[in-house]
Amino acid sequence: MLSEVFNAEMFALMGQGLLETLYMVLVSTALAYVLGLPVGMLLVVTDKDGIKPNPAINKTVGWIVNLLRSVPFLILLVAVMPLTRAIVGTTIGSTATIVPLVIASAPYVARMVENSVKEVDRGVIEAALSMGASTLEIVWKVLLPEAKPSLIMGAAISTTTILGYTTLAGFVGGGGLGTIAVNYGYYRSRTDIMMVMVVILIAIVQVIQEIGSLIARKSDKRIR
Amino acid sequence: MPEIPIIQIENLNKTFGEGEGAVTALDNINLTVYQGEIFGIIGLSGAGKSTLVRCMNLLERPTAGKVLFDGRDITQLSDNELRKVRRDISMIFQSFNLLMQRTALENVCFPLELSGVPAKEARTRARELLATVGLSDKEKAYPSQLSGGQKQRVAIARALATNPKVILCDEATSALDPTTTQSILALLKELNQKLGVTIIIITHEMKVIEQICNRVAIIDNSRIEEIGPVDEVFRHPKSRAAKKLIFPKNELTEEISGNGKFLRLVFDGSQADRPIIANMVLQCGAPVSIAFANTEKIDGKMYGHMIIQLPANPEAERKILAYLDSENIGYEEEEYNA
Ligand SMILES: Nc1ncnc2c1ncn2[C@@H]1O[C@H](COP(=O)(O)OP(=O)(O)OP(=O)(O)O)[C@@H](O)[C@H]1O
Ligand SMILES: [Mg+2]
Repeated sequence: MLSEVFNAEMFALMGQGLLETLYMVLVSTALAYVLGLPVGMLLVVTDKDGIKPNPAINKTVGWIVNLLRSVPFLILLVAVMPLTRAIVGTTIGSTATIVPLVIASAPYVARMVENSVKEVDRGVIEAALSMGASTLEIVWKVLLPEAKPSLIMGAAISTTTILGYTTLAGFVGGGGLGTIAVNYGYYRSRTDIMMVMVVILIAIVQVIQEIGSLIARKSDKRIR
Repeated sequence: MPEIPIIQIENLNKTFGEGEGAVTALDNINLTVYQGEIFGIIGLSGAGKSTLVRCMNLLERPTAGKVLFDGRDITQLSDNELRKVRRDISMIFQSFNLLMQRTALENVCFPLELSGVPAKEARTRARELLATVGLSDKEKAYPSQLSGGQKQRVAIARALATNPKVILCDEATSALDPTTTQSILALLKELNQKLGVTIIIITHEMKVIEQICNRVAIIDNSRIEEIGPVDEVFRHPKSRAAKKLIFPKNELTEEISGNGKFLRLVFDGSQADRPIIANMVLQCGAPVSIAFANTEKIDGKMYGHMIIQLPANPEAERKILAYLDSENIGYEEEEYNA
């Protein structure tokens, strides 16, 4: 049975799927952070206990983030198809999937970032304020560096969450391992191929999580 | 030494919250701190000490009143101007508040980076400062690798980096053991004498005030109850709050009974070596109970103080007071059973 799964053709297909998946995950995570990191930071800074409280901005942004987060990914995937077509030119394939992936994960990332940055000790921020630091200086020189280990852990978690989204995208021709799993495992009832996909996905999640923890631990000067 | 004001607080009020739940943390505070002095602010928990010191660099915005630094009302400054002024007013904290992801050296560099000092110059200056606080060998250590006392030394070095005119200390020694407290206080005193930097110390421990402060303000229930030179306030506390702080009630023996008056005696160094109480009892032929006795070093001078309970008999009381007068010993009536 294994030899059936692992014939050369299948092997090439899975290799291709793996690469597509990694491509989608990495690019989407990167773009989600480009959007989510500043938004998360904005949420912390404008919080009522933040360094520049601004209830109007905080509430509005928080509301948009919640709204986007409450839309199930599959629905979002379909709903943003016009936008995807406008940006990428098609709605099929891994590059097209990146658009909904980013839209779905950026708010998630924003909340992860918000959580990490909120862990920074209020006293340290006050110390910086007492030295005459500006808001921007506090963001760059206090909040980001002090939250770094937690941000890295968060990034690992976000990456694995986005990986989960990519497999869902397989149902609508998103490409990658998800599409293989759907095409063979679901439509052709090839449970064995499905199982192999699941094992590969588990392995990727484990590897990302381990690498994330390792880097976070290495970068955290609070331990030892 | 001419007394030049460095910080003047005028009619300062601070209320947290609004309406029903409003909390008045500071109520019409007026005080002046002079250049080069070590000024103590003491009070019990919740008295408003932290709020007061945080109003001095506007970490807390007063609800009303003025805060003058070097003659300028800093409540009127723009954000930008205020940030510049804050470089002249450093602060150290009970919980040290060091950047945990930076080494000791990088922590000291931090305020220098903020004021735009080039990196290399900043490191050189930071090394000097770590040497000043006795931590040259720890420049590469992260805060998590340092003891509480060492962390506070790093914080002091950091506070000195921008050559401030004032250092605010909010319970800077409260998280430290007595020996470490002594060494940190000694360091602050030394810096005050060497650099002439004004130091404002918030504490709830009379010992801290006695050891290094020149003047003290006693704050109770959001108000300043008493202000003056430490030995003055210590020898003749006028307010209840001051008395409460100088003689914590639990140091008095609860079981003291009888209805004789309580007297508080203060001896200075020259009187401390004579057996005053023994002589008094012998000469007056009347017993007294000692409710509290202690010696303190204030501003380098030894003081003894004692609370005694007189016999209820008016004749004996008169004799004892006459004896004290003749021996030139200061006394005040206390109201400890109140
Ligand atoms: N941010 C705040 N919001 C509401 N109330 C506050 C706030 N900060 C302080 N208070 C209140 O103001 C009063 C004075 O507090 P403050 O922290 O100045 O006291 P403290 O003398 O420093 O006490 P401690 O010795 O416990 O530090 C307290 O009643 C406190 O509850
Ligand atoms: Mg306090």
